[in-house]
Amino acid sequence: MKIHEYQAKELFRKNGIPVPEGGVAFNSDEALRIAEGLGGFPVVVKAQIHAGGRGKGGGVRLAKSMDEVRNLSNEMIGMKLITHQTGPEGKQVKKVLVEQGLGILKELYLGVIPDRSTANLVLMASEAGGMDIETVAAQTPEKIIKAFINPLAGIHSYHCRRIAYGLHFSSSLIKPLSDMLTRLYRLFVDYDCSLVEINPLVITRDDRLMALDAKINFDDNALFRHPDIDGYRDLDEEDPLEIEASRFNLNYINLDGNIGNMVNGAGLAMATMDLIKLAGGEPANFLDVGGGASAEMVENGFRIILTDQKVKGVLINIFGGILRCDVLAEGVVQAARKTGITVPVVVRMEGTNVEAGRKILSDSGLDLITAIDLKDAAKKVAELVS
Amino acid sequence: MVQGITGREGQFHTRQCIAYGTKVVAGVTPGKGGQEMDGIPVFNTVQEAVDRTGADCSLIFVPPAYAAEAVMESADCGVRIVVAITEGIPVLDMMKVKNYLKGKPVRLIGPNCPGIITPGECKVGIMPGPIHKPGGPIGVISRSGTLTYEVVHQLTKKGIGQTTCIGIGGDPINGTTFIECLDAFENDPATKGMVMVGEIGGSSEEDASAFIEKHVTKPIVGFIAGLTAPPGRRMGHAGAIISGGSGTAKAKIVAMEKSGIHVCRDLGAFGAFCAKVFGYA
Repeated sequence: MKIHEYQAKELFRKNGIPVPEGGVAFNSDEALRIAEGLGGFPVVVKAQIHAGGRGKGGGVRLAKSMDEVRNLSNEMIGMKLITHQTGPEGKQVKKVLVEQGLGILKELYLGVIPDRSTANLVLMASEAGGMDIETVAAQTPEKIIKAFINPLAGIHSYHCRRIAYGLHFSSSLIKPLSDMLTRLYRLFVDYDCSLVEINPLVITRDDRLMALDAKINFDDNALFRHPDIDGYRDLDEEDPLEIEASRFNLNYINLDGNIGNMVNGAGLAMATMDLIKLAGGEPANFLDVGGGASAEMVENGFRIILTDQKVKGVLINIFGGILRCDVLAEGVVQAARKTGITVPVVVRMEGTNVEAGRKILSDSGLDLITAIDLKDAAKKVAELVS
Repeated sequence: MVQGITGREGQFHTRQCIAYGTKVVAGVTPGKGGQEMDGIPVFNTVQEAVDRTGADCSLIFVPPAYAAEAVMESADCGVRIVVAITEGIPVLDMMKVKNYLKGKPVRLIGPNCPGIITPGECKVGIMPGPIHKPGGPIGVISRSGTLTYEVVHQLTKKGIGQTTCIGIGGDPINGTTFIECLDAFENDPATKGMVMVGEIGGSSEEDASAFIEKHVTKPIVGFIAGLTAPPGRRMGHAGAIISGGSGTAKAKIVAMEKSGIHVCRDLGAFGAFCAKVFGYA
């Protein structure tokens, strides 16, 4: 799960990681009130959306007076912000973070991520702050300093020293940095994060360390033990069909194409999307109804695909294992009766109870197209849609 | 032994495993010790189950919040093979488990996997038995569940049997890796070739490719799911995510082909592709 910068900074503040003074505003009046409280200029107005690259898209701007604060926040709230992460359609800005501007001496990068191959947490730092860390990693990997931390042993001062000396820190800043790294690591572990990033971390003209930006992602699998974090979820940032699917514990992702598809199992679902593309079509979604899906889950999944206006044809691909073909067939029939089928639907079933499943579908009187195998299924649906 | 034997899934799949020929000697569900499930004794602790029955392999159906400790409990009691089916274990829990198991005489398969099967002999998992063909000569390794069934089914339809099929799981941190399975199949005289099914996310396919270049001589057919997956989105499996431009299907296919793996791009023709590579055509 992703959260906004202002929410991440709230968590930073709570956990003793220094951030600039400021607050979130939903309109220009609120922005002015926050700016007044900061007691000086410049003030930074930052658009709050779940995407990076906001600065380049005009989503981070400097105000030198109250008038500018009003104008900038008015401009930003309601605008469509387009960055390299939002796609060409952009994202609507509904709130801004209003912060004190700082005198900056140096910009750095700090991050904590899990390392899949070593099963350790990695503290990453770089003097190339403010830049996209992936670009730094690709072009100048030697500029990234890493400390691997075994989660069973936790963070120690030698990890911090490795980072501090690697960043060529002066002695006055080594202790504050170690303190910040330790708190950052603990925050990662305490809240089951999947990413904590400060980019840039700044050294101010008065020799303080400050998180100028803040990014936190959480491990969805661990949200059950963090009910407090659940309140940070912003439904405005999510696709309406994806929100609907999440209510039924369905793994659904809305995509740009026009061929809807419903599959059991994530790997097979991805492979089915690839197969649609290979046959000349474009997948409209990813939908994994899960290995142990019930008829009700299948029904809801199918309904969500059918309500998607851009869907011109549907491919149902089920390999019956735990999810038996007869259970799937019942779900499909129920959803079709309730929602009505207005586009061609191709069904490919294989595995447990496949004969019973096929019988349910053919007895239903529904206009479904059956496919003999995967290749046949993808070809049929792509032809029907084109 | 089955940890979580009294739950709905635990019960169902225990019966399926027994029907396939697997010898299930014990179940573990804390608080239900002394009961029986189809005549199988249920114990409160893994230690008791091991002491009383000599169980040396465990199949885990414990819910995500308790699954990591179920793995460690088995490891602490001398269980040699632990197969964790559970999907949704927090990543940090699995990182701790992985580090905890280092150096211990235990192999963890999974989590978030369909398990392991030697067709015609024994299955410790949830895969449908009848799609498999006993007798080999192909070993199958996969990060996925139903996609593995699809692949195995197509092999069987072409008359290509399997020695063993292992689901290593769709989570970012898993117990057994591609490399360990490749190594085992390379050293297994009954296995003449391998099928390796990967997907987007992480670098395990790239790591495996580097290993294959140096250490594997048998022919391998590969498949990667997720060519059309958008970046930054978790595609069902916790581990299936392209992050920061790395972990793409394209990059994996390039690495695999460079190491000599025959990568099949059309899942619909997977069986025919394998028949050709393995000399069945």
